[in-house]
Amino acid sequence: MADQNQILSTRHLLGIKDLNEKDIQLIFETADTFKDVLNRPIKKVPSLRDITIANIFFENSTRTRLSFELAQKRLSADTINFAASSSSVSKGETLIDTVNNILAMKVDMVVMRHPYPGAGIFLSKRVKAQIVNAGDGAHEHPTQALLDAFSIREKYGDVAGKKVAIIGDILHSRVALSNILCLQKLGAEVMVCGPTTLIPKYIKTLGVKVEFDLMKALNWCDVANMLRIQLERQDIKYFPSLREYSMLYGLNKNILDSLDKEITVMHPGPINRGVEITSDVADSKQSIILDQVENGVAVRMAVLYLLAGQK
Amino acid sequence: MQNLTLLDGQKFQITIKRLCHQLIENHNDFSNSVILGIQPRGIFLAERITAELQQILPNAKILSGNLDITFYRDDFRRREGPLVPSSTEIDFIIEGKKVILVDDVLWTGRTIRSAMDAMLAFGRPEKVELLVLVDRRFARHLPIEPDYIGIQVDTINSQRVIVSWKETEQEDKVVLLSEK
Repeated sequence: MADQNQILSTRHLLGIKDLNEKDIQLIFETADTFKDVLNRPIKKVPSLRDITIANIFFENSTRTRLSFELAQKRLSADTINFAASSSSVSKGETLIDTVNNILAMKVDMVVMRHPYPGAGIFLSKRVKAQIVNAGDGAHEHPTQALLDAFSIREKYGDVAGKKVAIIGDILHSRVALSNILCLQKLGAEVMVCGPTTLIPKYIKTLGVKVEFDLMKALNWCDVANMLRIQLERQDIKYFPSLREYSMLYGLNKNILDSLDKEITVMHPGPINRGVEITSDVADSKQSIILDQVENGVAVRMAVLYLLAGQK
Repeated sequence: MQNLTLLDGQKFQITIKRLCHQLIENHNDFSNSVILGIQPRGIFLAERITAELQQILPNAKILSGNLDITFYRDDFRRREGPLVPSSTEIDFIIEGKKVILVDDVLWTGRTIRSAMDAMLAFGRPEKVELLVLVDRRFARHLPIEPDYIGIQVDTINSQRVIVSWKETEQEDKVVLLSEK
């Protein structure tokens, strides 16, 4: 019965870690209706018309920032954008000062991406606004995990019981950690696969399978989520060359066709074509990469709507 | 809690039938009219009216859809938490059509205001009318009045009017609940 309040168990979205299964299902159900709205001739609803949201990005982003901004506009929120590269941060202002100055302009919500793990959590304890984490270092990227799981649910009807392999640079990936937590909460089996140097040492304690052989991982899974090699976070050499990585862990059409079942290929973007995934795979029928981007707006609308609706 | 049954049994069916005949007076064969049930509770009345009209006018094509108003409400952030949306199903064009909005109970009029907003996202109708099963008189917060009324009741704010349906609650009934 729809005439009931349903509230997320958290006031901020800092990580998948803080959500329970019910929260995730509530976000998905709400995102379903927003996806409906996005297919109408008029794609806008007035729900967040009295809310102002600041998008604060201390790190580069295309998809996430545009997706958040579009989600906010579709909900009629007012938005201000801030990129650290063109701001007073370079003059030595601290994070809290920067954010408090923005909040002094009467902002209700902050969507933040930051290179340091835990930046969102730190901020949520010190400022009044609601915080949505749009990626904090190699820690979490909750909305990406939600939209990935939402896309799997859309493709297969349910996430529970599905086998998902996350392949690539697990060590430097916030997408990997959020995805593992989210998929496990929804009852999926998760495997990580990559070169030994890019698999975190104690990742097994999260209850995931670990595999170093790409073919074995692909033969096991229903869905392969290919991650980018995060060269910008790698301070030392983790493998001899990109070419060697791509020969051992890159997904190409021949490999895909040699499997005895049709798996689904995902990628959180940005793609390095020819490294972790070749062009013909990225553009193939088995790839749902652009569906992920489309779903991203609906899922972010759901998150913003559910958080902003709390008193 | 005290319950007072306002409408049930045969009278309930007669009321639905009367509303249908009143609609036909104004909309003839429904070739230029559509029915929109307001989620979540108005859709049962809309379905019932559509089925009944179809019986009376077997050759007419009666278009009927559901309209969800959750994102258009004016009390977002003023209640404990956000409402869970229902589905909107409108698989026809409302541009230039006569739209009949259908809801079970009209009270403050705020739902209808939201519904008009939500409906306009789908086009500009020629005319909009409102049909309700129960009109709680003298309780409006907005200048909104129904065109077709099942029954009118005078209530005080603490009372609640509940419409139950055979499809979901096993019985067609309108009940007035009062706190003792």
